[in-house]
Amino acid sequence: MQQINFLFLVFVFCGVLLRAQPALAQDDDLMKLAEAADSTNRSQSFTTATFKGTRVITGHSVQTNAQKELVFLISHRFGTLNSGAYNFFGLDNSVIRLALEYGLTDNLNIGVGRSSYEKTFDGFVKYRFLRQQDGGWSRPVTAVLFGSTALNSLRPANPEQDIMFKSRLTYTAQLLIARKFNQNLSLQLSPTWIHRNLVPTRADESDVYALGISGRHKLTKRTSFNAEYFYLLPGYTADTYTNALSFSFDIETGGHVFQLLFSNSIGMIEKNLITNNTGEWGQGDIYFGFNISRVFDLDKSRKMEGKKY
Amino acid sequence: MKVFLLLFGLLVLGSGEGAAQSRYFTRTGHIWIFSETPIENIEAHNKAVSSFISFDTGEMVFSVPMKSFEFRKSLMQEHFNENYVESDKFPKGSFKGNIVNIQSVDFKKDGVYPVKVSGTLTIHGVSRPVTADGTLDVKGNRIGAKSTFTITPQEYNIEIPLLVRAHVAKIIQINVDLQYDPFIAKQ
Repeated sequence: MQQINFLFLVFVFCGVLLRAQPALAQDDDLMKLAEAADSTNRSQSFTTATFKGTRVITGHSVQTNAQKELVFLISHRFGTLNSGAYNFFGLDNSVIRLALEYGLTDNLNIGVGRSSYEKTFDGFVKYRFLRQQDGGWSRPVTAVLFGSTALNSLRPANPEQDIMFKSRLTYTAQLLIARKFNQNLSLQLSPTWIHRNLVPTRADESDVYALGISGRHKLTKRTSFNAEYFYLLPGYTADTYTNALSFSFDIETGGHVFQLLFSNSIGMIEKNLITNNTGEWGQGDIYFGFNISRVFDLDKSRKMEGKKY
Repeated sequence: MKVFLLLFGLLVLGSGEGAAQSRYFTRTGHIWIFSETPIENIEAHNKAVSSFISFDTGEMVFSVPMKSFEFRKSLMQEHFNENYVESDKFPKGSFKGNIVNIQSVDFKKDGVYPVKVSGTLTIHGVSRPVTADGTLDVKGNRIGAKSTFTITPQEYNIEIPLLVRAHVAKIIQINVDLQYDPFIAKQ
């Protein structure tokens, strides 16, 4: 009987414990439970808005357009500020580039453009193969492969001369690696290789290598300051031409991004910007310019009205 | 032995009482926001809302991860997170309140019960009192909750810039549709 009594006491004790536990859990804060259960703790989300547009300034950024998004990009470069009051400090001269960029998928973009400078047509493909995730260092950067072809369509200076089609072509390959360090600061490295099928003189290099360094710093919610520098690796091109350095002020309004910029380069595509740049900041060869980009969403099927949730 | 049986009976009864479920939860709750203007309708869906109801007290809480709102246009989503609700600074919206007329709901009987919820809604770091009408749909062990109410961005210090002011409605509709399951706390 003694033994049964003891066992019985153990039973009761266990029973009390079992009841006590849910009672304890009942006391804790429901809000804490809800916060612990929501999705912010489960999956890391992709970093958005590393840069505001598909360009840092003139060079490409790691930003791609979402699927079926079309961007219309208008870029202007006026003449140099040191061209004097007669030329209204450069505003009388201007070159323009019009371009369309389209998202085949969220990661794969294509684009075409036409610059008035050297009457150049260009086409590019951009592929994002790595995307930064918020928090932690599991996927610390966004990385993009970029390839473009540019066609110089100027008529030969001497009408007798015939320039072969392939001689008019220039190819660019870039690896763009960027990290958004915090809400305000994003930095990008862009190793660049440019191949020219035809170069003006024997001394010129067909292959030019450069390293781009660019960044964006947000000033307010809708404005930012950007800088971009392309360093030519030592060689004939580096000795003859200057490194492109640009600064811009970005204003974002809904689907538009306005970029007001100052640069020592008039080029709006890689081969003119990087391999063919002669302007020097110290000499006052500063080009004022702007980029305007407008995003159009072409995906009608994504309409949410009538979708069952 | 009599005493033993009596106590054992009490114990069993007691345990049964303790196991009765009074808390329900979901972590896939659906909340969507809707803004209607002559120019453009904007809609965003969030299906990762976590919510708890306690039927003992009528307490009701929501935790809403702001980055889980999906918009039709990826650019809208970016603007929503970056400029309006500032998801990096304020990653979660929340609601903490009570079902005022919890007594009128019979959780043992299937049916749709009108309820009134009042509490504090926190968005963009701003907390404000909110009252909303809704329904609880009791179906066996599952409970559905639905509600629709409106807020204005200004109340939560969300400033709409002049250029897009015509695109975003002054009053935003918030729709709630959740399916709760019994919650068993980890022992």
